[in-house]
Amino acid sequence: MAFSTEDLSTMDLIIKRYPRSRSAIMPLLHYVQSKAGYVTNEGIEVIAKLLQLEAAEVTAVSTFYTQYKPTPVGEYHVGVCTNTLCAIMGGDAIFASLKDHLGIGNDEVTADGKVSLEHIECNAACDYAPVVMANWEFYDNQTVESAKELVDSMRAGNPKPPTRGPNRLVTYKEASAVLAGLNDGLAHEGVQAGEPTLLGLKLSKEGK
Amino acid sequence: MTKLAPVLSAHWDEKDSFTLEGYKRHGGYKAAQKALTMDPDAIIQLVKDSGLRGRGGAGFPTGMKWGFIPQGDNKDHYLVVNADESEPGTCKDTPLLMANPHVLIEGCIIACHAIRAKHAFIYIRGEVTHVVRRVNQAIADAYAAGILGNGVDVVLHVGAGAYICGEETALLDSLEGFRGQPRLRPPFPAIAGLYARPTVVNNVESIASVPAIVMNGAEWYQSMGTEKSKGTTLYSLSGHVVNPGQFEAPLGVTLREILDLAGGVRPGHRLKFWTPGGSSTPLFTDAHLDVPLDYEGVAAAGSMLGTKALQIFDETTCVVRAVLRWTEFYKHESCGKCTPCREGTWWLVQILRDLEDGKGTEADLAKLLDLCDNIMGRSFCALGDGATSPITSSIKYFRDEYIAHLTNGACPFDPVASTLFVGAGA
Repeated sequence: MAFSTEDLSTMDLIIKRYPRSRSAIMPLLHYVQSKAGYVTNEGIEVIAKLLQLEAAEVTAVSTFYTQYKPTPVGEYHVGVCTNTLCAIMGGDAIFASLKDHLGIGNDEVTADGKVSLEHIECNAACDYAPVVMANWEFYDNQTVESAKELVDSMRAGNPKPPTRGPNRLVTYKEASAVLAGLNDGLAHEGVQAGEPTLLGLKLSKEGK
Repeated sequence: MTKLAPVLSAHWDEKDSFTLEGYKRHGGYKAAQKALTMDPDAIIQLVKDSGLRGRGGAGFPTGMKWGFIPQGDNKDHYLVVNADESEPGTCKDTPLLMANPHVLIEGCIIACHAIRAKHAFIYIRGEVTHVVRRVNQAIADAYAAGILGNGVDVVLHVGAGAYICGEETALLDSLEGFRGQPRLRPPFPAIAGLYARPTVVNNVESIASVPAIVMNGAEWYQSMGTEKSKGTTLYSLSGHVVNPGQFEAPLGVTLREILDLAGGVRPGHRLKFWTPGGSSTPLFTDAHLDVPLDYEGVAAAGSMLGTKALQIFDETTCVVRAVLRWTEFYKHESCGKCTPCREGTWWLVQILRDLEDGKGTEADLAKLLDLCDNIMGRSFCALGDGATSPITSSIKYFRDEYIAHLTNGACPFDPVASTLFVGAGA
């Protein structure tokens, strides 16, 4: 795919956020993923040109960070937390069953291109363990069954909404645009907090 | 019995707590208004007097950090907020930003005024799409309302999945557009931080605590907490408990008190081990239920308060499996810059895998401790140090369990028993 004039002007606005242009590498890489679904060579070249860097310098940054994908992921990229706490509470079982259910391994995509799978590290939602992320949206308190139902809904083209997130699950490309700092207008959707987040406050109001 | 004291979390139960309107309903942005009429040095003094200490793990006094910024140097100064919350077990800044991003923006305005900065950056981890939306929208709304853009600019910078970027100098390299690898110190960020300019790097919770201090005064903040650990803070309880969640309490509360509020360890089970402040802080056991969870109390008991991430594991959990998984995490997240950490964490994983599989020997325990000794304190940043914490502390408290793996020839635990859905047909 080629980057349109409009894409290039968006990239220019991203660069203008920073006092020094090189700081824009990371949002620009997220932006490339929002267009291509992964970090393409063409995307690397465009970023290098815009920032007056060598392509190798941009590649060096891109390959350091696990969220920048060298190959296409699914329309819905599913991450199962298998760091210690989630793993022990069920994350390992969920990850194993999803691999089996989808017939793919870690960092692989289903043949229909709908779902990719990755085991992820702690995603800062331990009070909602076991946690599954999809396009980096929260799916809290998962079980083997609920996780299977989630990926089935994705493959059927009607993904279940996140537990703490917008009313619908956006695609990987759409989520990448948000990570590039673009506003998709969905910030007001979804809960302000889940029950565990509010537990201490609730007990305090009961005089605890 | 310590009473909970919601300050940061006081209005999280209102549906629109994350909006400008919701924030203003409870006096939002009045602290910034007040601060802007104050002398910057007076704000630094106020924060020093409050006793506020860094909530990101190290516990460095916030006001003192601000005071290190050279004044009258005719250089740009920067405030960088560390929202890269990734320490295993840590889950406080993420819900805070989802429920109330404006309190962070208000804190940024006050901190920028104090350190004479015009520019603040919020470095948030990339794996939290909806939180990014909320913070970005809050910034846009603050600009539209004229709250930002009149002397202070705030830029949200989204990371891309690297635990090391929670380390402040790696974060700065990442923000400058490089691979996130820690820098040698000195110079410290206060002298040469972002773009080699004087920079304050603070955790989300630290900066978010500032507006309430400005509104209510240092004495009010001092009235909560213990002698050297002042104020309230978010304790994040997770794991094998009846009701996990966030508990905002004065510093010095104990795990026993928080567990009581949470309904205790799950029925029919007992506490085996826990982390007081994330996986990089040495493990505690049921002998530490009454340790005051403040900076001094936890340190005196041989661990660190860290991020106050209380991860609870009951007796169904294999400590070797838990430690192996954390060690795999550190190996994966080591940035590769310093040899002791890069090579050391790799070897730790090899040895621990054998031990968990019952294939090691008792000499491997000595080897693990020897490796830890050679990693500890020998790298630019604390990632390697953190990697040794679960290993040395688990061998200290659970040596017999390591040995049981060897005599048994395999892990003696059933992993299904530790899951939440045991018995649920999973």
